[in-house]
Amino acid sequence: MHIIVLIKQVPELKNVKLDKETGTVIRDGVETVVNPLDLYAVETALALKEEFGCKITALSMGPLKAEKALREVISMGVNYGILLSDRKFAGSDTWATSYILGKAIQKIEDFDLILAGERAIDGDTSQVGPEVAAYLDIPVATYINNIKSLSLKNRHCKISRVTENGLETLKISMPALFTVVKEISVPRLPTYRGKKYAKGIDIPIWGMTDLDINENFIGLKGSPTRVFKTYKSVVSRKCRKFFANNETKLEEAGEEFIKLLKSNNVI
Amino acid sequence: MSYKNSQSNHSGVWIIAEHKNGNILPGTYELLSRGAKLAKERKTELTAVFMGETFNKKELQSLILSGSDKILIAKHKLLKHFLIETYSKTLVQLINKYSPEIIISAATTTGRTLMPYVAMKIHAGITADCTELKIEESTGLLLQTRPAIGGNIMATIKTPVYKPQIATVRTSSKIVKLDGINNVHIENKLTVYNPDLDSKHIKTKFLNLIPYSDVINIQDANIVVSVGKGIKKAANIKLVKDFADSIGAALGASREVIDRGWLGYSHQVGLSGKTISPDIYIALGVSGAIQHLAGMQTSKTIIAVNKDPNAHIFEIADFGIVGDLFEIIPYLAELIKTRD
Repeated sequence: MHIIVLIKQVPELKNVKLDKETGTVIRDGVETVVNPLDLYAVETALALKEEFGCKITALSMGPLKAEKALREVISMGVNYGILLSDRKFAGSDTWATSYILGKAIQKIEDFDLILAGERAIDGDTSQVGPEVAAYLDIPVATYINNIKSLSLKNRHCKISRVTENGLETLKISMPALFTVVKEISVPRLPTYRGKKYAKGIDIPIWGMTDLDINENFIGLKGSPTRVFKTYKSVVSRKCRKFFANNETKLEEAGEEFIKLLKSNNVI
Repeated sequence: MSYKNSQSNHSGVWIIAEHKNGNILPGTYELLSRGAKLAKERKTELTAVFMGETFNKKELQSLILSGSDKILIAKHKLLKHFLIETYSKTLVQLINKYSPEIIISAATTTGRTLMPYVAMKIHAGITADCTELKIEESTGLLLQTRPAIGGNIMATIKTPVYKPQIATVRTSSKIVKLDGINNVHIENKLTVYNPDLDSKHIKTKFLNLIPYSDVINIQDANIVVSVGKGIKKAANIKLVKDFADSIGAALGASREVIDRGWLGYSHQVGLSGKTISPDIYIALGVSGAIQHLAGMQTSKTIIAVNKDPNAHIFEIADFGIVGDLFEIIPYLAELIKTRD
């Protein structure tokens, strides 16, 4: 069995600074990490590897320095990493990104499962998982909190997914793409041996000419969506603050609180 | 896969009417009111798209009463449950046949799965989780605004060439009261489409759905009471839970509370949890880290209780009480119980 895990390198949001004039994120000099929600997909793959003895390949698209993210998940136990990097990929929206990822997966050819995080914390769209599955024309199940069973012989999985209406159980034939939620696992830490292995491993970089790609479908030009403008979200709330440091003031605050609930028809 | 996305002759605004066993889910009504505005600005019609095995007349009447000009029904026994293959095939067939210019769907687990899958198949642009939609006067294009980078900035997205323009929208699920529903005539407004689906090609199978027992889902709730690490220990969670129950609120939590194992992941609000926008959000002992704010700052009214007067949560709150949680929660609970 071969599992592909999709990962993304993201800026560490704690330290994100905004360009005051353009409202865009200053990425230079900002610490980067593996998208935290991807680590749950990595851990899910590692657990399956322990049970079934499969191979895991981590696939990422990004600038050359995203290689660091691949080495990080390799140090956790992932076997291989492939980086998709090319100037021509820059500016791709989720459609174009998924097209490129899809092309790379077609080149890898042999896989049984693709695992991905619920979403990336910077783009926050949750779209790339379903879009890659659509490109490959395989089924997708999102928001998975448990892979209940996997049969290599029958090539299907039973999974449960967290929906608004309840916990849904599906049976899905492989190959399939799963996006997982945090609840599914607790990501392990890299081991010393893993780090050593990750440091030495060769990570191939695939660019446009390595993939059977139509240039009109990638980058800014090939992206259906365009960022038209960005602006800083203005906080327009003025907090009416009550200091409840004595009984009278507590009563005053309580009275206002009840009024607020009443005016909103809560009580 | 070859793409031929025709860029002309697309017209009409569609909303996806999500339902459970034929009963329309509340978020659909917000889509209708947003869709109606867009349709009016584009001088076109608003169509509610209903995909399922069965439907009942009353629910369809409610769609018309809530602003839909037409209803497009795709009916098939394989559409009983949401499965990506049957739903995406059906929606792609509908889009190819009727060529809408705009499609909006709720940003639910279904919408966030189905719409990108379909967008990829038909080579269309899609914007997730929009908080504002309007038409650009000069071009007639849909301007789709969404929070980005953890809510620090708002981004307005445009899909200049490809059609349809697809957006998912974060909806609140207020129950809508519909008067005069029995007088609504739907007969001349329905189009029924029989999708071409074959069970042989379906690789996913629905097994069961176990509804959550006593928990109110924080994404559906109109009122959410959230607890932060100010609650100090697991045993104190009950205080907040009881308070939430007393006002019919769902229970949310900050990441610290989840990471300490005091509550399950389904309660987590914030960047690595759920993004919600209830009518009322009450934050108890939540300091307001930027990651948390990203998940709730679009709530209509925000109330915060915290002992630290400089806690970030107050910066985005409408109403705040500075003081000790363990005095204030019981006091407010008592007030609610004894109110006249």
